[in-house]
Amino acid sequence: MPGDPAAAEPKSGEARLTRDDAAYVARLARIDLTDDELDLYALQLAAVIGHAAEIAALDTDGVEPTAHPLPLRNVTRADEPRPSLDRAEVLAQAPAVEDGRFRVPPILGEAL
Amino acid sequence: MTGPSGSATSAAAGARPSPALDIAREVRAGSMSAAEVVEKYLGAIDEVDGELHAFVTVLHDSACREAEVIDRRVAAGEDPGPLAGVPVALKDNMCTRGIPTTCSSRILDGWRPPYDATVVERLRAAGAVVIGKTNLDEFAMGSSTENSAFGPTHNPHDPTRVPGGSSGGSAAAVAAGLAPLALGSDTGGSIRQPAALCGVVGMKPTYGTVSRYGLVAFASSLDQIGPLTTTVTESAVVFDVIGGQDPLDSTCLERPVPRTVSALADGVEGLRVGLVTELVDGVDAAVEARVRDAAEVLVAAGAHVESVSIPEFRHGLPAYYVVAPAEASSNLSRYDGVRYGLRVEADTAEAMNAATRAAGFGPEVKRRIMLGTYALSAGYYDAYYGQAQKVRTLIIDALAVAYQRFDVLLGATTPTTAFAIGAKVDDPWAMYLSDVCTVPSNLAGHPAISIPFGADGSGLPVGVQVLAPALGEPVMFQVAAVLETRAPVLAPPQVHAP
Repeated sequence: MPGDPAAAEPKSGEARLTRDDAAYVARLARIDLTDDELDLYALQLAAVIGHAAEIAALDTDGVEPTAHPLPLRNVTRADEPRPSLDRAEVLAQAPAVEDGRFRVPPILGEAL
Repeated sequence: MTGPSGSATSAAAGARPSPALDIAREVRAGSMSAAEVVEKYLGAIDEVDGELHAFVTVLHDSACREAEVIDRRVAAGEDPGPLAGVPVALKDNMCTRGIPTTCSSRILDGWRPPYDATVVERLRAAGAVVIGKTNLDEFAMGSSTENSAFGPTHNPHDPTRVPGGSSGGSAAAVAAGLAPLALGSDTGGSIRQPAALCGVVGMKPTYGTVSRYGLVAFASSLDQIGPLTTTVTESAVVFDVIGGQDPLDSTCLERPVPRTVSALADGVEGLRVGLVTELVDGVDAAVEARVRDAAEVLVAAGAHVESVSIPEFRHGLPAYYVVAPAEASSNLSRYDGVRYGLRVEADTAEAMNAATRAAGFGPEVKRRIMLGTYALSAGYYDAYYGQAQKVRTLIIDALAVAYQRFDVLLGATTPTTAFAIGAKVDDPWAMYLSDVCTVPSNLAGHPAISIPFGADGSGLPVGVQVLAPALGEPVMFQVAAVLETRAPVLAPPQVHAP
């Protein structure tokens, strides 16, 4: 199966991603990347997506998607108060805390 | 298929050393102390792990304290359980209260979880002693354990080669005798592939049989925890210990998990085994030869073996490399510099998030997050993620058809034996091909096990894989036990415990 030549559809390398495409995805993913990283990931993502194109071309009309191997349903427990994680122990892991809460930089930036 | 059997453990143990069960038997009988056992393994780690780098954290103090508790219980006439005094190594993506849990990532720098994973509680309740945390590809993303922020793990059979991944530290630790058993996690083959490359037994359970509570999430619809052991019997014992419903994991199956140890001695007489063309053709010649040897062994033991083609398996790898990164890009959004681990300061929250993630994640994790984010983004969702989910259905349906004709399926675990460190780091797809034989079981949520079955021309271990339908662990172990008793004996690893 490795190196399978049978797939008739687009091969590795045919998908194209520009540095700007990669920058857009990086922004969505909230990761600062350098221009060199953007160029590298644009190439490597295109290569992997080229392989994904093998399945994009399959005829799957009428096939139901599987999101999960089990038929999941919502699970609830009895609504009874019980201890949760210790607040001090949890906050002790945080990079910054204030008044028993997580401290973060302004979320609205200059608007504040 | 799984007839009654009382003495499976002794029957399947055969002549092979079974370090975990040997320890448990002696500690329970009082003929060996857990403290001695732990001291011996800690000494072995101190002596040879500099060469292997299987461990990222060794728990000298807490392991000794846990062992003393076991010894006091034995002295008081109590039975600490089926894993009494057995040191266990945990892949470092399983939470241990108060003990660093790194996922081999800088982004979790300094994090000490405030709770234990359910599997850790269950192992301790069975008498096991946590001896250390093992190296992995960062957040379990990889097939070589080279994607670790702490540096690669080396294969005990040839330290210039990779141990496989992502549970490479756990596989190397068991292969080298630095731990009698270990846990790994398997999202696309991350237990079975390193087990094959290191010459140990690695088993991925049916999705939902083992709690994922406290397992740091990679791809939640695929991740399962399972054992890496020296023998099939040990694998079954550990599965019976860690399996079962957990109110803390809502994706656990409600129906009881099948008990497997009692099935081990049942043999394969009359069982129907499908030799999967797609898991044999195209793999390295030496690997293919060992798989065909394994099929012959089963025929000689009375099984009916027939070839079967499952063409849908060819779509498994591309579907997996859409589904897993998509789920990962969502799961890893939690590393935002707010609640734990690394933070790189910046003026706004968004800039802080992006700077923290840039500094905290390594190249492969960034690549997978980018890939998943792309596959889920507007305009591409249906073509990639939606289509991959449909391919998942095609694979499940094809397996359902195959299991009308066969009790289990047989094939290679990996297309090659262990490759050189550095050989595939610059070509992601070449690395991803390492998972080609293992991903179908994850996409379907089915169990599968890799058993060491001889070596290639260079003496590197080969693994053969037994696949079974959902909750088919008993018949899977039954077949694995027969293969194990007739497997060619593997030369001891180059690097191992004194």
